[in-house]
Amino acid sequence: MLELKGVCTFYGKIQALHEVSLSVQEGEIVTLIGANGAGKTTTLMSICGIVPAKKGEIWFQGEPIHKLSPDQIVAKGIIQVPEGRLIFPRMTVMENLDMGAYLRKDKAEIKRDLDYIFDLFPILAERKNQLGGTLSGGEQQMLAISRALMARPKVLLLDEPSLGLAPLVIKQIFKIIEKINKQGTTIFLVEQNAHQALKIAHKGYVMENGRIVMEDSAANLLTNEDVKKAYLGL
Amino acid sequence: MDYFLELFFGGLTRGSIYALIALGYTMVYGIIELINFAHGEIYMIGAFTALIVAGVCSLLGLNLISILILAIIISMFYSAAYGYTVEKIAYKPLRNAPRLSPLISAIGMSIFLQNYVLLAQTSDFVPFPSLIPEFEFMEPVAHIMGSSELVIIVVTAIAMVILSLFIKFTKIGKAMRATAQDRKMALLCGVNVDRVISVTFIIGSALAALGGVLIASHIGQINFYIGFIAGIKAFTAAVLGGIGSIPGAVLGGLVLGWTESFATGYVSSDYEDVFAFCLLVIILIFRPAGILGRTNTQKV
Ligand SMILES: Nc1ncnc2c1ncn2[C@@H]1O[C@H](COP(=O)(O)OP(=O)(O)OP(=O)(O)O)[C@@H](O)[C@H]1O
Ligand SMILES: [Mg+2]
Repeated sequence: MLELKGVCTFYGKIQALHEVSLSVQEGEIVTLIGANGAGKTTTLMSICGIVPAKKGEIWFQGEPIHKLSPDQIVAKGIIQVPEGRLIFPRMTVMENLDMGAYLRKDKAEIKRDLDYIFDLFPILAERKNQLGGTLSGGEQQMLAISRALMARPKVLLLDEPSLGLAPLVIKQIFKIIEKINKQGTTIFLVEQNAHQALKIAHKGYVMENGRIVMEDSAANLLTNEDVKKAYLGL
Repeated sequence: MDYFLELFFGGLTRGSIYALIALGYTMVYGIIELINFAHGEIYMIGAFTALIVAGVCSLLGLNLISILILAIIISMFYSAAYGYTVEKIAYKPLRNAPRLSPLISAIGMSIFLQNYVLLAQTSDFVPFPSLIPEFEFMEPVAHIMGSSELVIIVVTAIAMVILSLFIKFTKIGKAMRATAQDRKMALLCGVNVDRVISVTFIIGSALAALGGVLIASHIGQINFYIGFIAGIKAFTAAVLGGIGSIPGAVLGGLVLGWTESFATGYVSSDYEDVFAFCLLVIILIFRPAGILGRTNTQKV
């Protein structure tokens, strides 16, 4: 469904991604794990066209997308929940959700999705008119995921959704991710919390210094000695 | 008391015009963090356009109110087109350049537009017809507030209300706020940021033109240099209120207008600008981000 072929991405003269190739099949949860500065966020930003790939190709549902602008990529159904959540701080919860549905015109369906989200995260319904910047970290993460769901993603890209959250909230977030996947949304999950990520994923990639160094089923990676040592802290 | 009120409404009138121009500075800054130095020239072009429209219309024998409305509408459109084009030519190609480059480009654009009007028109002041009629019902209070002052204040207030509703409730208005708050996230929501930037320039330019027509008709003369003076004042107002903040631009404009008016009326007209800039310095000492500005942590 989503495929990267030999993607190289640069910040100025510094090369952050070296020939990154990976693929995500429809219906799967695929995770990308790696240490700080490995290039995980850059991979997502290249997919979304924010930091376009200088070399290589990115395909989505049989079409090349690496030459498209970010808004065209969003229109294809590739939706990202970025690192740090990036909630619009001086917009209300409701307005943040509206921004998620920015490119949609099907008013009735938007209303239905909104009800679904308020069902999924009742706290957001309570905080509808509160400014995004005043939410707690966990609430912001829920809002960020909800805002992405408002776009009706075909593939949802999540960048470290567990970052900075309490263990109980992390558990809740991972449950929701699984639930969203079961309901038919493909998920590409970037995580440093490798254990949790591999537990819910079907497939995993390991990234080091801008290169993919390992690719296997999530179950195999969980028991792989190298992965255990480097990323699972065992 | 009457003298005080006269100064009060005089200040409100000036302040309204400053606010109309300041909005353009502050909205553009809010979105792309650029001081659009050519903005004052857009205001000046608005005034010149209105002069031409008024000339043609009076040859056609239209009445005063229709001339005023036509002059306002046409010059708003014309200036909006200028603002849009200036952005496309002078700023868009430099979107990813170091911050100083678009600033220099903005100054260049300002000089270019001034000299273009200087050559196309004249360097002298040209008389501008009084397009705002004298209302009979204003006669009892005419020593406090003239008809044109009333029109300026009311029209400005209406423009501000429309702008607020636009920014609060329309889709593109929300996209403008989103882009100002977090450009990367706006892109990830599917906002076409280039279009948002264009709309911002169009709205800011149209408001400046509105201010240009109104004040030219009130004062009765214009030249190619009025954009520079008004631009500096309005920029001061924007900084005073907190650059990037829309209510701040309005408040800054009004505060500046009143300061100038009272200083002129009670002290001396020679010190008008001195008071204005003293006020700026004082406020920036105590509130470096302006009256309504946020002290933002540096964006990462
Ligand atoms: N805007 C930028 N300008 C220059 N270099 C950057 C920029 N963003 C990231 N980099 C560099 O690119 C490399 C990859 O960064 P990236 O953010 O993709 O890593 P990451 O795997 O997401 O790390 P983390 O787990 O800490 O989020 C790093 O060396 C980083 O310093
Ligand atoms: Mg990252």
